[in-house]
Amino acid sequence: MTALVELVDVSKRYVDAVALHPTNLSIERGKTTVLIGPSGCGKSTLLRLIIRLIKPDSGRIDFGGEPINPENIDSFRRRIGYVIQEGGLFPHLTARANVLLMARHVGKSQEEMQKRLLELCELTRFSGNLLPRYPVEVSGGQRQRVSLMRALMLAPELLLLDEPLGALDPLVRVSLQKDLKEIFARLGQTVLFVTHDLAEAIYFGDEIVLMNEGHIVQKGTVTDLRDKPANAFVSEFINAQRGLVLT
Amino acid sequence: MKRSHLSRSGGLQATAGLRRLGSRRSLVAVLLLVPVACAFGTPVVIGSKKFTESYVLGEIAKRTLTNAGIPAEHRQGMGGTIILWQALRGGQIDAYPEYTGTITQEILKRDDASSLEQIRESLARFGVGMTEPLGFNNTYALVMRRSDAQRLGVRAISDLQKYPELKIGLTHEFLDRQDGWRPLRERYALPQQNVVGIDHGLGYAALAKSSIDVKDAYSTDAKIEQNDLIVLEDDFQFFPKYDAVFLFRSSMRPDAIAALRRLEGTLDEKRMIRLNAEAERTKNYAKAADLYFNVAAPRPSGHSAPSYIGESFPHKLVRWTLRHLELAGFSLLLSVIFGIPLGIVASRGGPIGQGILGFASIVQTIPSLALLALLVPLPFFGISVRTAIAALFLYGLLPIVRNTASGLQDIPRSLRESAIALGLTSMTRLWEIYLPMASRSILSGIKTSAVINIGTATLAALIGAGGLGEPILSGLNLNDHVTILQGAIPAALLALLVQWFFDLLDRVLIPKGLRL
Repeated sequence: MTALVELVDVSKRYVDAVALHPTNLSIERGKTTVLIGPSGCGKSTLLRLIIRLIKPDSGRIDFGGEPINPENIDSFRRRIGYVIQEGGLFPHLTARANVLLMARHVGKSQEEMQKRLLELCELTRFSGNLLPRYPVEVSGGQRQRVSLMRALMLAPELLLLDEPLGALDPLVRVSLQKDLKEIFARLGQTVLFVTHDLAEAIYFGDEIVLMNEGHIVQKGTVTDLRDKPANAFVSEFINAQRGLVLT
Repeated sequence: MKRSHLSRSGGLQATAGLRRLGSRRSLVAVLLLVPVACAFGTPVVIGSKKFTESYVLGEIAKRTLTNAGIPAEHRQGMGGTIILWQALRGGQIDAYPEYTGTITQEILKRDDASSLEQIRESLARFGVGMTEPLGFNNTYALVMRRSDAQRLGVRAISDLQKYPELKIGLTHEFLDRQDGWRPLRERYALPQQNVVGIDHGLGYAALAKSSIDVKDAYSTDAKIEQNDLIVLEDDFQFFPKYDAVFLFRSSMRPDAIAALRRLEGTLDEKRMIRLNAEAERTKNYAKAADLYFNVAAPRPSGHSAPSYIGESFPHKLVRWTLRHLELAGFSLLLSVIFGIPLGIVASRGGPIGQGILGFASIVQTIPSLALLALLVPLPFFGISVRTAIAALFLYGLLPIVRNTASGLQDIPRSLRESAIALGLTSMTRLWEIYLPMASRSILSGIKTSAVINIGTATLAALIGAGGLGEPILSGLNLNDHVTILQGAIPAALLALLVQWFFDLLDRVLIPKGLRL
């Protein structure tokens, strides 16, 4: 009922292997859903299917109750923010131009854009002095903040994050984790977050979706996963990573 | 009379195939225009081949006609036999000097046994007439340094059998002629393996510097004496007779034909050698022609640069340079207009992309000279500026297409996907994201094309399109280094300037974020 995105029997195979077996998944409004699993489990594929960087072989994806198809995808993309590990900023545009790119194209007024930009700087704790800089002129952490601003510019209903903190050093990572969680809470943002790090999943996830070999193995809270593992793989995955986290 | 020419040439052209359809129409047009042209004094056009003697004979013919009150002009150095023959048949020229041996071997493709009467009969079927011999036999000959010949005891061509280590440098035409190197080597059983093709003028310099030991020459060549060379005796009588004659269109105005015929038997070998020597000494064909008429040449005041009278060097330099820039610039513009879209399509891969890159690469592998030669016979092109620009355009295509394609393909997948995920339309992605990101690669492709075009445009002079190749070509022909440098130095400077200009353009056109 409150699901923003609904995947129905969605599958994807590449030439040599199945990336995602027919899968059903609902992403609840206002919650952070974390996709976790070992590399190649299909978590990024699932994310990329939603924003249609790749086409599903079968099944249907609904967004706000409407099926997404090749004709209407661009209007949906403007309602979705997307942040990737390296930020995906365009090197020939300043931080400011990167953030405003899409707003300019949908014809927002200068005042509107300026106001939103200041809001976002405040929200993401990004110094306005750095806005005229080019991506190579700011640090990795700052780049991710710009990338987040770009994703949030048009106030999207859904934010897709594909290992957004994966390339950062631990101290920067911790401070960004804190900031991100605060931002999601302040905006009441619906988030789909991909990570391979259990600690990060636990920290962000209202709901954790554990995947393996193209299947969703179990969906629930961390307690569910720990106390009621669906199969041996779940316990193994939880224990392996918990061991690392705790010792 | 006219009707019979028309039907005969028409029949011949039909057998020659579809390729000739265009020239048939122009032939008819020319025949219809002849009486009108005479009435209005349209000049008779004399052509000449690209070597000194042909220039001089062309100049003499022009002067003879003018003296007879017939307006005439001389199109100098149009190229080799085939080009002149086609131009004569196509009506672009009315007459040109030719040699009987060349007519039988190259034009009529016959054995050398034909008599003058047989030749004249065969030519008549093409609507072409021939004068009686002018008086000298300019046959092919092999020459070598006098000192070497004496030291080795070489007197005749058959003596070369004993010296397989001699290096032989031959003009490209001689290498390929039916009466040229291959049958000569067979007849004399020559053992030399080291045979290179070299320009006629350059060959003399190579001979003087001992880079080669034997070369081909024309027996009336003034350079034989100047360079202290000896002509090897053709002891097996291999070379056919090369009596100089004028070929003319049978439809040419009768008084012009009569004027040309007055030249018959007036030029013996000694006299021709002297005229050739005069042309090479003064670097001025008109002066050599003066000598024929025993007229004292009006001396231009002070020291003048060769071949072009009445035009100052700076003026000429400006004319050459502007034409050069026009050739290179216009062709570059076309390469950019077509190259970038083709590069965008090619960057998407697939059979079409492969096809585009393949085509551009193949064009690039054709030597520039050959590309020009291939375009000349096509309708619409011919001997014109158009042809030069078309060849340069094709040549400039590959660097732009390839660099555009690779610049676009080098954009990381994550950035392409970010642009897609933002919801930008494909046009916006191309214009605002992909092309700016590939700008460095695209510009460097354009720069490469520009520099190549400046260099290659010097070849445009070969088909009369002018530019800085003009002095280079006449310098090569006259073996005159100063004239060569008058073209070569400005061309090199121009290439540097263009390089510098594009480096500057990089700073304007490549977004700052990519230059940090």
